[in-house]
Parts: sequence; structure tokens; C-alpha cells
Amino acid sequence: MPARSEQTKRAHTDLSEPIAGRLTLQLASTMESVSEIESAAEKMASAAGFDEDDAFHITMAVREAAVNAVLHGNEYDPAKKVTVAFEDNGTSLVFKVSDEGKGLDPDSLPDPLAAENLLRGTGRGIFLIRSFMDEVHFRQLHPGTEMTLVKHRPQTGASA
Amino acid sequence: MALTIASREVDGVTVLDLGGRITLGEGSVQLREAIRDLISKGSKSTLLNLSDVNYIDSSGLGELVSAYTTSKNQGASLKLLGLTKKVKDVLQLTKLYTVFDIYDDEASAIASYK
Repeated sequence: MPARSEQTKRAHTDLSEPIAGRLTLQLASTMESVSEIESAAEKMASAAGFDEDDAFHITMAVREAAVNAVLHGNEYDPAKKVTVAFEDNGTSLVFKVSDEGKGLDPDSLPDPLAAENLLRGTGRGIFLIRSFMDEVHFRQLHPGTEMTLVKHRPQTGASA
Repeated sequence: MALTIASREVDGVTVLDLGGRITLGEGSVQLREAIRDLISKGSKSTLLNLSDVNYIDSSGLGELVSAYTTSKNQGASLKLLGLTKKVKDVLQLTKLYTVFDIYDDEASAIASYK
């Protein structure tokens, strides 16, 4: 059974403690924030008992979502924040990443695996997120986009 | 854990030994500049040794593709050597594994340019 602790943290806090339960961060639109979000996701995935490969994939997906929010959503605008809300609800890890940008229509994204797109320099981030997570949802915030990434916990494994 | 790049010549092939992460920002920019530099010097054979690259993100993948297409457009050949499992998995997932010439050992990679 996972511990259900409540944590609410602000920008550039010390994330050296293991993360369990819930974490909320509101961060500047910078690459430092992306690193902070990545680090927090890695700790949460490891604490939740995912194996190394799954934890790596979860961390990578969350990082891609954070990059998307900072780069494509907020376009590094210092006036706009990236908000993340991570939760371990016992059966799944749920990562919400929100920006304050123009909004993202996920249906408009070109297929990066299509032959005509294979040599494009961009357009693989959302694809990787979808590949690595069990569920990915988009919600328009007007302004901005909230991306929700869900990874279900393994059915068996250490529960002690 | 930024990207490190060291250059050496082997039988007329420029080998770039990369280490660390190829990600948005520093890593991608470093790689782009290294490739530009080689092309401006007229290098026609480039081998990217990724044996010590333990992480690549979507931006880094884009940079590899750009390096490949830029080289090709300049009549140069860019190949990959020594993928770690994590990098190989991502290249396979994105079908880029089929785009690049990829080698497991350096001798075979160098010989392929002849």
C-alpha cells in the first residue's frame, strides 16, 4: 500500500525527499523547471515500485510533457507558469502538466512514423509520451493545455 | 550531465565520441554545432559514436535526423555506432532505426566508408 502523504511545493524546492502521495509545483517556463519536473517524476516512479525500464519511460514521458509546456505552450514566456500535479492514487501514477499557452490540438499533430514525416526534425514528443504511458488525455484550459499522463502500477510485486 | 563531444580521425573518417545526454538545449546545440563545423571543413565521412550516450529525448532525435539530412545534402555520409539499449529502443520506436546506417563495432563502421 502506498503512503498517502500530502506535499505542496513551490518553485525550486528541495526534492531530495522521496515523493509519495501527491506533489504540486508551479514553476517558471525554463529548462531548469523541466529538470526539476523530471527529477520529481523519477523519484515518484521509483518510489511507486516501477522497475528500471518503466521508471525510465515514465520519467521520459513526463519530461517530454514538461518540455512541451515550457517550449511549445508557454514559449519560455517568463510571465507564464507551468503547473504540475503528480499523484499516486494507489493503482496508478497520474501526472498532470499544464501550460498557459495558445492551446494544443492533439488531433492536428502529424504522425511522426509516416514516411513523409520520418525525416522531420520535430514532432516526436507527444508520440513518445503516448508510447510510454497507459493513458494520455488533453484538456483545453483557455488559455493553455493540461496534459494528463497515467501509468498503472504493476499488478504484482513487492507490496510489503 | 551535459553532452560531451570528442573528435578523432580514423582512416579518413571523423569519429565523434559523444557522451551523456542529447536533449533539448545544450546537448542538441552542441551536436548541431559539431556537425556544422565538420561540414564547413569539408568532412565527408562522419561516424557518431553513441556508446556513452545514455539518454536522448525527442529534441535529440530531431537533432540526429537534422545531422543526417544536413550531411546528406552536402554529399557527406553520417552513420551511427554503438547504440546503448535506451537509445536503440527509442530509435526503433520512432522508426529512425531504419533511417540510419548503424554499426555495433567500430572496425565494421570504418570499413563501410570504403
